[in-house]
Amino acid sequence: MSTQTPLQREPHDRVGAARIELTRSRWLRATLRSRAFQPALMLVMLFFFVAAVLAGLVGTPAGNHNFAIVFVWIVWWALLIVVMVPFFGRMWCTICPIPGPGEWLQRRGVVRRTPGRLRSLGWRWPHRLRNIWLQNAGFLALALFSAIVLTRPDVTAWLLLGMVLLGVVLSVFYDNRVFCRYVCPVGGFIGLYSLTSTIELRVKDTRVCMDHATKDCVIGTPQSYGCPWMVFPGNLGRDAYCGLCTECLKACPKDNIALNLRPFGADLLVAKGRRLDEAYKALIMLSCALLYSAVLLGPWGWIKDWANMATFAGWTTYAAGFLAIAVLGVPGVFWLIALAARTAAGVAVPIRRLFVDLAYSLVPLGLTGWIAFTAGFVLVNGTYAVSVLSDPFGWGWDLFGTRSVPWRPILTEVVTVTQVALLLVGLAYSVVVAYRIARQQTASEAQAWRGTLPVSGFLCAVTLTFLWLYLG
Amino acid sequence: MTRARLWLLLPFGALALVVLLVPLPFAPAPVTRELTVVARQFAFEPPVLRVNRGDRVRLTLEASDVVHGLHVDEYGVDARVEPGIARRVEFVADRAGKFRYRCSVSCGPLHPFMTGELVVSPNLPFVRAVGLTLVVLAATLVSLRRLPPGGAPGTT
Ligand code: SF4
Ligand SMILES: [Cu+2]
Repeated sequence: MSTQTPLQREPHDRVGAARIELTRSRWLRATLRSRAFQPALMLVMLFFFVAAVLAGLVGTPAGNHNFAIVFVWIVWWALLIVVMVPFFGRMWCTICPIPGPGEWLQRRGVVRRTPGRLRSLGWRWPHRLRNIWLQNAGFLALALFSAIVLTRPDVTAWLLLGMVLLGVVLSVFYDNRVFCRYVCPVGGFIGLYSLTSTIELRVKDTRVCMDHATKDCVIGTPQSYGCPWMVFPGNLGRDAYCGLCTECLKACPKDNIALNLRPFGADLLVAKGRRLDEAYKALIMLSCALLYSAVLLGPWGWIKDWANMATFAGWTTYAAGFLAIAVLGVPGVFWLIALAARTAAGVAVPIRRLFVDLAYSLVPLGLTGWIAFTAGFVLVNGTYAVSVLSDPFGWGWDLFGTRSVPWRPILTEVVTVTQVALLLVGLAYSVVVAYRIARQQTASEAQAWRGTLPVSGFLCAVTLTFLWLYLG
Repeated sequence: MTRARLWLLLPFGALALVVLLVPLPFAPAPVTRELTVVARQFAFEPPVLRVNRGDRVRLTLEASDVVHGLHVDEYGVDARVEPGIARRVEFVADRAGKFRYRCSVSCGPLHPFMTGELVVSPNLPFVRAVGLTLVVLAATLVSLRRLPPGGAPGTT
């Protein structure tokens, strides 16, 4: 997959720089090493998950009064994109209940390390699918139905159940978290956007791993399972596929695994591991943030009718348009941008290489764009969460006395200011990342700078489109 | 941040302040505008209302299918409208910019996304945001251009 050009240079000087090891804390280390740590959190989440599924199936069909819609698409989504991904990377994957049943079935246990191998048919996951293309496709497929999924409690419930079921089925055939790593439509973008996060799991000293013959983190120990994400911590250079499950912390007899605090976006500059499927994910996410902002938050009723499947012909048009923009249009334009960057920089790097690498510069703006989109509806609809907490099924309960809290958009006067600030930070950050990625491909700073100009133009156009949708 | 870079960014900071604060002339005298908004599942017709700052807005609100509501962000307007019974809403558009109006009565699945836009000219927040974007872009590019070898801002 990763064809390395000789021009590519690893930013060795930066990796490992400016890190604070959190696992120095005895307390944190003990917590993470406890076998109960992950399952306890998963079980708590499973409780909310079951509540959401039940509410979706038997509760009121009015989405804004149903726990399934309000807690999944407002509360969970906001926490995921605003807090978990930018600061804690894949930490959602630590606590996500969806793969739980499959994993526990395979292990024949929840907390304890049950002896012996995992119980699956032990099939091998196809080589062609060892990437995130399935996740890209799954995310897009969901996006086409977003107006339905986000507003119908029963659809949300079936979707959640379907994901659990798929996880269970896959765990019958394949060892480990094949579902999370290659299939889950959410997992793909969490992985990519985790490259920006402020925490990372890394080995302290790669030489210790090289010299360690048994590689306990890979094969497991009597106290721990081999890495369920099929990752070897010893050469983990970026966060995309480490699910922070903490098994390796429990396994490593050399105490060589650390959880570090680090600067934002550090992994975006790691050249090793960049691939076309991830580049596409970056483009898809950026397009979808714009499209969702227009479709869901925009004023145009006809698009909403299409997205809401008012007529089949309308929806087909919408789906075709959506895919044309997200799969062909935006990536096509970015291909031209990469071409322009190559010409401007005057380098002979293969265009595909440049397209893939430069796509990672879209991640910061994509992330802040998604947060800005989220700010556009979470504060407006946040009061629903307060009332739904007391009446999760919409049956008239009043558990905490907050049922009749009226709907009231809060802090609308700060929403646009927040959105502008987020987008500008994302823009500046993306330009800097584009420059530094270009610098990995060019011989001089001046070349890299010239190569950055077309990308900056693209980023600026995206920012202005967001601004037009939100403020114009 | 080095002292050199600080000096470099100073003019951009000044420019940003200008973009944010400079008063822009706006001539039209306020008028009274009679507008009709029809609410239906799940949109308002017309989707965008354009008025000038200072205008008195007289809205006739109608519902064409089920009960809807109208909540205008930051204007404190909140009304409920039933099919067949038009409602009058009146306010002075004293704040410029884009404000969303939303349905405030649960009316079906897409109710939370049932929005329209009130654009009060001069839409200075938008103009200033665009200006600020260009200033930020220029500042970022200039600071990268003058980067000493090996160093870069942003990730450290
Ligand atoms: S068990 Fe520890 S030392 Fe051994 S390979 Fe894994 S991380 Fe490295
Ligand atoms: Cu309505």
